[in-house]
Amino acid sequence: MAPAATYYGGNQGKEGCILSAINNLLKHWAYESQGLFFFSLRMLGSLVKRPFYFTETMEQMYLIGVGSLFLVVLTGAFSGQGFALAFSQELAAFGAKDYLGRIMSMAIVRELGPTLTGLMVAARVASGITAEIGAMKSSNQIDAMVSFGIDPIRKIARPRLISLMIMVPVLTIVCDAVAILGGWIIGLFIANVTSTMYWSSVVYKLNFGNMFMGILKPVCFSFVIAFISCYLGFTSKGGTKGVGRATTNSVMMTSITILIVNFLITKIVGNMLKGYL
Amino acid sequence: MIRLEGVSFSYWDKQVLKNVSFEVADSEMVVVMGPSGSGKSTVLRMILGLECPSEGKVLIDGQNICAMKERDKREIRKRIGMVFQDGALFDSLTVGENVGYYLLEHTGLSWSEIAGRAEEMLGFVGLNPDEVGDMLPEELSGGMRRRVAIGRALLSTNPNAMLYDEPTTGLDPMATQNVLNLITKLHQEKGIASVIVTHQIADALEIADRFVVIHSGEVVFDGSLDELRSSQEPRVVDFLQPFRESAERVQAKHFINNR
Repeated sequence: MAPAATYYGGNQGKEGCILSAINNLLKHWAYESQGLFFFSLRMLGSLVKRPFYFTETMEQMYLIGVGSLFLVVLTGAFSGQGFALAFSQELAAFGAKDYLGRIMSMAIVRELGPTLTGLMVAARVASGITAEIGAMKSSNQIDAMVSFGIDPIRKIARPRLISLMIMVPVLTIVCDAVAILGGWIIGLFIANVTSTMYWSSVVYKLNFGNMFMGILKPVCFSFVIAFISCYLGFTSKGGTKGVGRATTNSVMMTSITILIVNFLITKIVGNMLKGYL
Repeated sequence: MIRLEGVSFSYWDKQVLKNVSFEVADSEMVVVMGPSGSGKSTVLRMILGLECPSEGKVLIDGQNICAMKERDKREIRKRIGMVFQDGALFDSLTVGENVGYYLLEHTGLSWSEIAGRAEEMLGFVGLNPDEVGDMLPEELSGGMRRRVAIGRALLSTNPNAMLYDEPTTGLDPMATQNVLNLITKLHQEKGIASVIVTHQIADALEIADRFVVIHSGEVVFDGSLDELRSSQEPRVVDFLQPFRESAERVQAKHFINNR
């Protein structure tokens, strides 16, 4: 049997091995972060360079927008109703049922709508983008493209970025609308809130600050989804197994990053817009 | 002319190429041979500027491709056709669209004009355009895919040089012969430089003027067929030995001359 020191990294001992593992992990993280940063800059730079691949962009808008519509509508409808149901019961205890529309409007437009839409699109689209680009890479299609003098960032990544920048905010608006409608149904039939009261209360909170946050967030999420999913696709290695790993990482990383970015925007931009919220 | 000068390349801790130097003159056909994992395909990727050496230079017509801006690299690549291992056809496009891809991307030609040229090219590589033009790459056999890839590379760039990465690996004898005939025909009719990377020794001996043997990332042989036959370099002898023994065993069974 080999001495214990062999298993823990020779003479370094157990602590040395753990430190070395942490060191390697940090190095890897720093390397990947740097790669993602420069890749994102290249993607942003490609936005203003010809050719623009209009057909590919339209195709991606259809795939991302129309393809995610059902999922987003379903998410909006059920989360809006669930949210309204829970809050109407709490508000009823304080005799403040009339505030249901106001709470729905603020919470859905500012927080829930963008976050849920971002997460749903991330789950559905990010995995697809990473898998597609990863498969192209592992079968040398990306290299073939480069050998024909075509920049794969402009041809593959940019149409997806532009499509996400347009379609995620649109889907968020749809999700918001469906969720608020769901709240109205709950208010009307279960919580006994009149339509007039509900809608006037909803409109009251549809102010500049909430709507600005409600649009800014999905735009930021679209960058997160495009940058991470394309980067992981382009850097995937190890054949089909590697593509599978990259796809899983893509969904995980985009979802976590969306939640972090959501918090940061709420904290930073929320403070800046205090007077408008 | 393609020239590699003292090229070394490492991938993380692994040294893939060590001080590799050779050149390919215009109209010359060179086969780069060696065992799997010896760094042969990396040489092709470097000629295209897809990878850059950690030491040394890759010169295309006297210009160092790795010192160029991406825009200039694209211009160089337009003069070099590359046939990737297994074809690397775009799987979401039909065969016709694959062959006409470059024209579709880089010229303002109408689709009917491009389709006409793609059909012509499919005929040149020995495929029936009416039969395969609308098929997807996944519906083709391995040999047909390689021929489509050759057609795509030819129509794409009207190249001065062609690079082939393992063009016959995994093909049956008839498909192999078809691809080799096509490579030879192309070389003779168009007079363009060809670099073929393979570990199929029989295929290499059949078509090449010159041989470069790479072993563990080093060039261990560079010369003609006669020189290769009489080479006493142990790594070359070791690499050729299984092929020689196999050929002798087949010969001993009187299979080749007694049909």
